[in-house]
Amino acid sequence: MYLLPITRSFVEQVIERERPDSIMLSFGGQTALNCGVDLYDNDILKKYNIDVLNTSIEGIKLTEDRQKFKDAMLKSNVPVLDSATAYSYEEALKISKKIGFPVIIRVAYTLGGRGGGVAYNEYDLQEIVQRGLSLSMVHQVLIEKYVGEWKQIEYEVMRDFEGNNVIICNMENVLGMKVHTGDNIVVAPSQTLNNKEYHMLRDAALRATSYCGINGECNIQFGLNPLSEEYCAIEINARLSRSSALASKATGYPLAYMAAKIGLGYTLPELVNKITKVTSACFEPALDYMVVKMPRWDFRKFEMVKRKLGSAMKSVGEVMAIGKSFEEVIQKAIRMCEIGKDGLVCNIGDEEPVILGKEHLEDVTSYTETAIIEKIEYSLIYPDDEIIFNVVKAIKFGMSIEHISRLSSIDPWFLAKIKNVIDKEEQLKKANLNLSLLREAKKLGFSDKQIGRCWSLNEDQVRELRNKLGILPVIKQIDTLAAEWPAKTNYLYLTYNGIIDDITFAKNQMNKAIIVLGAGPYRIGSSVEFDWATVNMVYGLRNNNIDDLAIINCNPETVSTDYDVPDRLYFEEMTLERVLDIYQKENPKGLVACVGGQSANNLVSRLNKHNVNILGTSSLDVDSAEDRSKFSKLLDDLGIKQPPWKIFTSLEESKNFALQEGYPVLVRPSYVLSGAAMKVVWSEKQLEQFVMEASSVSPDYPIVISKFLEDASEVEVDAIGSQEKIVIGSIIEHIDNAGIHSGDAMMCIPPWRLNRETMDTLIDYSLKIGGALNVKGPLNIQYLVKNNEVYVIEANVRASRSMPFVSKFYDLNLIELASKAILDKKLPDINNEHWLKKSGFGIKVPQFSFMQLEGADIMLGVEMQSTGEVACFGNTFYDALSKSYLAAGYSLPTHGSALITIGGIRNKEKLSPIVSLISAMGFKILATEHTAEFFKKSGFESIELVHKISEPDRQPNILNLLTDRKINFIINVPSTSTIEKYVGMLDDEYQIRRKSVEMGIPVLTTVESTVSFVKTLEWIKTNKPTVRPVDEY
Amino acid sequence: MVGYTETMTDPSYKGQILCFTYPSIGNYGVPSMDNLDEFGLPRYFESDRIQTNGIIVNNLSNVSSHWTCVRTLDQWMYDERIPGITNVDTRELTKKIRSHGVMSGKLMMEGSEDLIEDKFEYDSYNFMPEVSISEPKLYGDRNNDLKVVLIDTGTKFSIIRNLLKLGFSVVRLPWNATLKDILDYNPVGVVISNGPGDPIICKQTISTASEIIENSIPTLGICLGNQILALASGAKTHKLKFGHRGQNKSCIDLDSKVTLITSQNHGYGIDSDSLQNTDFEIWFKNIDDNTVEGIQHKNKPIIAVQFHPEASPGPDDCLYVFEKFKELVKKAGIESS
Repeated sequence: MYLLPITRSFVEQVIERERPDSIMLSFGGQTALNCGVDLYDNDILKKYNIDVLNTSIEGIKLTEDRQKFKDAMLKSNVPVLDSATAYSYEEALKISKKIGFPVIIRVAYTLGGRGGGVAYNEYDLQEIVQRGLSLSMVHQVLIEKYVGEWKQIEYEVMRDFEGNNVIICNMENVLGMKVHTGDNIVVAPSQTLNNKEYHMLRDAALRATSYCGINGECNIQFGLNPLSEEYCAIEINARLSRSSALASKATGYPLAYMAAKIGLGYTLPELVNKITKVTSACFEPALDYMVVKMPRWDFRKFEMVKRKLGSAMKSVGEVMAIGKSFEEVIQKAIRMCEIGKDGLVCNIGDEEPVILGKEHLEDVTSYTETAIIEKIEYSLIYPDDEIIFNVVKAIKFGMSIEHISRLSSIDPWFLAKIKNVIDKEEQLKKANLNLSLLREAKKLGFSDKQIGRCWSLNEDQVRELRNKLGILPVIKQIDTLAAEWPAKTNYLYLTYNGIIDDITFAKNQMNKAIIVLGAGPYRIGSSVEFDWATVNMVYGLRNNNIDDLAIINCNPETVSTDYDVPDRLYFEEMTLERVLDIYQKENPKGLVACVGGQSANNLVSRLNKHNVNILGTSSLDVDSAEDRSKFSKLLDDLGIKQPPWKIFTSLEESKNFALQEGYPVLVRPSYVLSGAAMKVVWSEKQLEQFVMEASSVSPDYPIVISKFLEDASEVEVDAIGSQEKIVIGSIIEHIDNAGIHSGDAMMCIPPWRLNRETMDTLIDYSLKIGGALNVKGPLNIQYLVKNNEVYVIEANVRASRSMPFVSKFYDLNLIELASKAILDKKLPDINNEHWLKKSGFGIKVPQFSFMQLEGADIMLGVEMQSTGEVACFGNTFYDALSKSYLAAGYSLPTHGSALITIGGIRNKEKLSPIVSLISAMGFKILATEHTAEFFKKSGFESIELVHKISEPDRQPNILNLLTDRKINFIINVPSTSTIEKYVGMLDDEYQIRRKSVEMGIPVLTTVESTVSFVKTLEWIKTNKPTVRPVDEY
Repeated sequence: MVGYTETMTDPSYKGQILCFTYPSIGNYGVPSMDNLDEFGLPRYFESDRIQTNGIIVNNLSNVSSHWTCVRTLDQWMYDERIPGITNVDTRELTKKIRSHGVMSGKLMMEGSEDLIEDKFEYDSYNFMPEVSISEPKLYGDRNNDLKVVLIDTGTKFSIIRNLLKLGFSVVRLPWNATLKDILDYNPVGVVISNGPGDPIICKQTISTASEIIENSIPTLGICLGNQILALASGAKTHKLKFGHRGQNKSCIDLDSKVTLITSQNHGYGIDSDSLQNTDFEIWFKNIDDNTVEGIQHKNKPIIAVQFHPEASPGPDDCLYVFEKFKELVKKAGIESS
């Protein structure tokens, strides 16, 4: 196993070392596919005589190159939309005029529809085409007729080299062609197609994929006119895709596994259905349930981001809900998203007047009805992340299904189903405690919370009522064959649309089972690291002789929801209600909630109240860590420092505190209207603004204010606690200073700047805190270090984001240790300084998705914004860092030009040595007015003056230089007081940052990241990054 | 999940209560019977009325949405006076049927008097008079040289549709047509259709079929037609413990070795061993339980399939069976001329 950037150069070096005879390209998404094509085009595969398994490069190219794809479709008698490829804006304009606006622009060879868009006019066209051309690996865009109102239907195809082919799953996008499938609400199987349409598209899917020579698995997308049988093929993904993952979970057919077998030369009829174990894999699964995939967006984390959905994907994660009716699954899916909603209706805040957005604090009467209607209509025509709730609003407002469908392009069937839920809500509210209504509501996916809100009961009271009346969900199996064959499947879901459980448990005795809670949808702040933890906890418990393990999770992108990982998989909501439902059925030995991130952890105290046996750290101790006041007291008792903080219920008091402690301070409101939930503020004025405008402060909604330590470095400790001792995983040092969220910070293990004394203190504190919290299982503590003083920020008594990184670098599986601790077994003897003795470095670098998030500012802050991460190992700090940069998509130029705009004297002074290093390395230095003036005064003669984007008449202008790719990297460090971004100010710098993101040019926004980047450039000039498998570091 | 209008009008389901495994049925409503294809046959139906005696669903969709929809499933069933029941745990019912085999059932209103006789002898009941045509009927051009006779043991419109598509004219004859009745039309070939019930009940059709075989007339048997040809040649059929019903059944074509997804609906099957004493060999096999899914005559232009090559509902993977029949017809024509 190699942790390396997926680029031609690194992969070639691995090939050189390993000399494989074949390569698989279809399992690593678009990244792997692009890299494979690159290797092929440069004759590297030929040079080393490597076979491409699964679909050949020629086949891949048929599906990736727009023109070739169109030709292939026409030859296989599958219609495509009127379109043409363009290599320049002029060409694109000519084509668009011929096809007629609106047109959709698609970019050849990019990820997730990146850079594409819909143009309604020439102005849109110019912007999208220019961006698209620069992003495309082959500088090519496709201009195509736009059919937003059509249905978007997908088929997953399996095909072997002998030509056996089957459809595993078809899916319908509820928001139609308007929205990228990654951002769409997707239902499987299709709900509004009849037999003729279903099989017309199925036949087309098989014809098209046979022609392209697909070997293994692929996904094909169609557009279907909702008013006729007119259709067209949109694209083929000749690889496993996000949709394939969804299809695998939706059907129980392991697509990637089967595709790999086919790649190795098996035929489909030779392979066995993994669920029935007796029937063939060459079949088409029959579903006796339906699933809905709902995306999870995190726009709240980004300022200035455009929330409109379209042809570029913006969601960061997804959930899948399984049930028997659309009403049931859509409500389940909404709850699974963990966005503070309990379903389509009966949510907190629903009672307020029907108006959109945050205006609900304003006077309702100031709106005329027309204005409201227009607003609703607009929200339906241009969907954003709230589309499904806007549909609810429109229906409640009295708009007809037909009208809503016309505006939103959502099929009336889905809308009518949503209306069923709204109607039921009304009935519930009118009839208090009506039992047959209760039963019906549960069948429509209402949660106890929702029902409780209608009847003025709390969740527990509704639960009690249900238990008394025996209104309980039943467990059903997913068996790929709709119960036609007896299947011993452990893939389960719960529904109220049934009367008998498919599986039974021993009655009246405690089972020896352990339930492990997963992490729910991927989102900013909780991603695959917690899935890793969930899976490793299951493996760990199994290694410790627990052979009856169940997982609850609802994220189709994960390994923990592979049905062969646990002994029973509940693809279910992680709500209190559902977890208790399952717990009651299972009657297990206990439940593990410390590996599923904050989602799982947040349930601990409520589960505990319902007598759930929490394995690991006790609910009481979890609370001591989570409750700010209790934790603060604990630190005081231990004599450990923390930055001063206080809770306030009025602005006046908080102003006094801030004045006394001195600005900057970190503000955390408990109620946020829009934007970030946390902010560093630098002045009283800013404090007022943030508290009054973006949030609120009152006894109901207190705010927490703590002193923000400037220029402090941030350090974390990952550890595992057990009854008798605490094992330190590692001290992890952030490369960025405090103020950057730990999820966005670059991290290094082992620490590379800390002195011995500080490290001793950190270990001492960690052991003390772990001991005081009686930690049994994973523990992560975050510290600030300033002037060799150590302060505690927080302690998390759960798995942390960095644990997989630490575990892999030290070859010490922390979660495996945690599983022992949870079972009260002895931990092995591990020296608490083992991590110090390790040679080499591991560096983790965040991956951002700013490109896809149109408009988002890339400035980092105390709110996490990254959507992924990479980590590479190296012999030296820069060996590891250079590879991590490359893996995260940074280019590391060795010559060219650097644009420098630095705010504030202090930053300019700090970066002065770096600027001279850049210059010494032979880069041309471009700078804006003030920066240029400063550095010229300091003796840099060769600095070239460039002008702001907002002054387009002055040349040379940054915009042109960026567009012409005459700038290789940018140092854009705002003055310290603006380290937290806010709208309006520094628009020019925002423009630079945004443009460079769109052009794929590295931008460094902090002093520390600039230093490490430039030093990496220096290192790579004379060194070559090492290429070795993980275990050789 | 798709195909309820086609399935419910398929005469093979006569005498049966259908339980749908897909939970939400009726989503796209019911199109008009007057929506005809280029041959004048209803586009979305397999006969002119609902043939199933009742349906069982988990969740009847109370809303229907489709550009072809003229009424809801509920309304259609009401119009045709066919009962149905919703809100049933259909998965549990399916498991019951799976373990006990197909069984008798009745639909009753809660609290109503039970007026239905308890025992309905499905196995010995002759459905033919109810599902077959009573008078001959011609589809397509009367003067077409390529005329085939379709023995209607409960045919689906799509069988006729696919024959017409290939350029045949079709004479649809009642199930008990004799060889003479057939030869009167001077056909180039014969098709024996699908239909309900135990094949051994169709004595007249079986005896006609043996004469057809004897006379080496190019013939295609579909579903019940497949079983009738097997019985006519001396092979045996039996009731399957687990009938094959669905649109996702994998069969291997033993000629090409390609596995195809077929649409199936049969409760009876051919004894594969009993074929050894006949001139037929196995053509298609179910890859999961090895049931015989198609046979072909060793030296005569006679083929038959147990599945539904005309699909509707279901995948179109096996439309080539009709083309193969056309080839046999052509070849026989050349040889005889």
